[in-house]
Amino acid sequence: MRGKRAIKEKAARYLMLAITGLSGLLMFIMVFALYYRSRPILALKPLTYLLLDTVWAPSRGEFGFLPFIAGTLWVTLVAVAIAVPLCLLTSIYLSEYAGSRIREWSKPPIDLLAGIPSVVYGVWGLLVVVPLIKDQIAPLFGKFITGYCVLAGGIVLAIMVFPVIIHVSVEVMGYVPQEIREASLAVGATKWQTVKFVVLRKALPGIVAAVVLGLSRAFGETMAVLMVAGNVARLPKSMFDPAYTLPALIANNYGEMLSIPLYDSALMLASFILLVVVLIFNIISRMFLVRIERRIQ
Amino acid sequence: MDSRKIEENVFKGLMIFSSLVISAGLLWILAVIIIKGLPAMNLAMITQAPKGGFYLGKEGGILNAIVGSLLLAGGATALALFLSLPLVLYLNVYLKKGARLAVFTRFSLDVLWGVPSIVYGAFGFTLMLFFGLRASLLGGIIAVALLIFPIMCRAMDEVMQMIPQELMNASYSLGSTRWETAFKVVVRQALPGILTAILIAFGRGIGDAASVIFTAGFTDSVSFSLFRPVATLPLAIFYQLGTPFPEVQARAHASSLILTIIIITISIGARILTKRFQGYVVK
Repeated sequence: MRGKRAIKEKAARYLMLAITGLSGLLMFIMVFALYYRSRPILALKPLTYLLLDTVWAPSRGEFGFLPFIAGTLWVTLVAVAIAVPLCLLTSIYLSEYAGSRIREWSKPPIDLLAGIPSVVYGVWGLLVVVPLIKDQIAPLFGKFITGYCVLAGGIVLAIMVFPVIIHVSVEVMGYVPQEIREASLAVGATKWQTVKFVVLRKALPGIVAAVVLGLSRAFGETMAVLMVAGNVARLPKSMFDPAYTLPALIANNYGEMLSIPLYDSALMLASFILLVVVLIFNIISRMFLVRIERRIQ
Repeated sequence: MDSRKIEENVFKGLMIFSSLVISAGLLWILAVIIIKGLPAMNLAMITQAPKGGFYLGKEGGILNAIVGSLLLAGGATALALFLSLPLVLYLNVYLKKGARLAVFTRFSLDVLWGVPSIVYGAFGFTLMLFFGLRASLLGGIIAVALLIFPIMCRAMDEVMQMIPQELMNASYSLGSTRWETAFKVVVRQALPGILTAILIAFGRGIGDAASVIFTAGFTDSVSFSLFRPVATLPLAIFYQLGTPFPEVQARAHASSLILTIIIITISIGARILTKRFQGYVVK
């Protein structure tokens, strides 16, 4: 009887260890698999050409990724520019000013916002943001466009990254010890001064991490952007130009991928670029967060 | 003195303004989805598969996508649970607190959490080519399972880290092995957290489109086979919106309402379950 238990124990231990080890390696496996699949195109064209050329014509064998990289950056930066001030002010309010009641009540809606599928955000963008830009915002700037543009993608994405940034920054501000706040208030600082000089300064690395996490979420978001940003493979020159992002490129062309030579390899290269950029963003922000957590404990 | 007061009030005003903007954004989204979705809602939407000419505005519903999404998300959740439960138990029961492997695993799970779903789709597709699979329910399950695996692990891990060491020590002192402690004490103690993690992962899986676009394909019939393509709700919405016909687009709006209702139900369900099962936990 005892032997059986010991054997079971041992078998379970090794099985669990294998699963744990494998999942730790998953990141590397993914990087390697996507790299391996994008090798055919990397072997034929130099990376600098692929990243910096602006002509995208797979049927003629031209694979310039710059329009997509620029499109992704434009949409992401617009989203972050909208989201960061709103999210930081809201997080400060929730963490420093609001009572515990409001703070508790704010959690379910934020979770809900995080849980809404990206297609639903896309539908909202199509129904609300695109017409709004077409009829109201663009005419203000003397532009007459369809509404499918960088700004539309940016607005929809901004709302999608709200929960990420708010969640992480509220948590990080919660790590700041109550005593330093009290010390600051005791020497006569106002509440806002305490926030500005004490809380924000202490929580800064964590807030940077929150923003970077939001940035990387926006960078990889596919469906919602695909639905509202216009998808024209040209370098966007303003917020009212259409943009084509890397994820949208991958999602839109899976159908014809296998019929044109090198096309599938090019799309896998797009996923590889996306993965590497997002991994770098995430690793940096997680390291910030680990450090701040450790410093406080 | 005055300028400090003014600054204080200006920033407080700005904070309340941004909180209101964010809340209004959420309400706006829900309101638009409900208002636009309700008119096209009818029983046929949820009881019929698309009939001939569905995408031209003729009869039918999205039963194919509802069934497909439930099967896909259900299968993916089961697969992810099957992998993540042992992992989380290993981290919390077998490894010492602060062990290198545990730190590394948690770190890489956090990083994986941030990987976009389209990349999981592309990676899943690569795996499928490797194993000679075509776009199918199984392919979709694998891609979505990869996507929700880190989410599930971290959600469960969070709860298990809270379990007091004394409880485990009590179990060891009665002579139980780690394996027995893991499954008879830790799992039971963490049950509310595990259930919540399952629901969160399921919700995430059912709403994701980018990871299934390559891997699960699409079909207009209700399909239960693991090796045939399967329809999913997000893609059904996407394809219906892509048609130029207002009737079909109205159905896409109704489909988004259905998806949103499913997500909200899951989210509320998770909260209720957590509260309900909290009663069985040793405090």
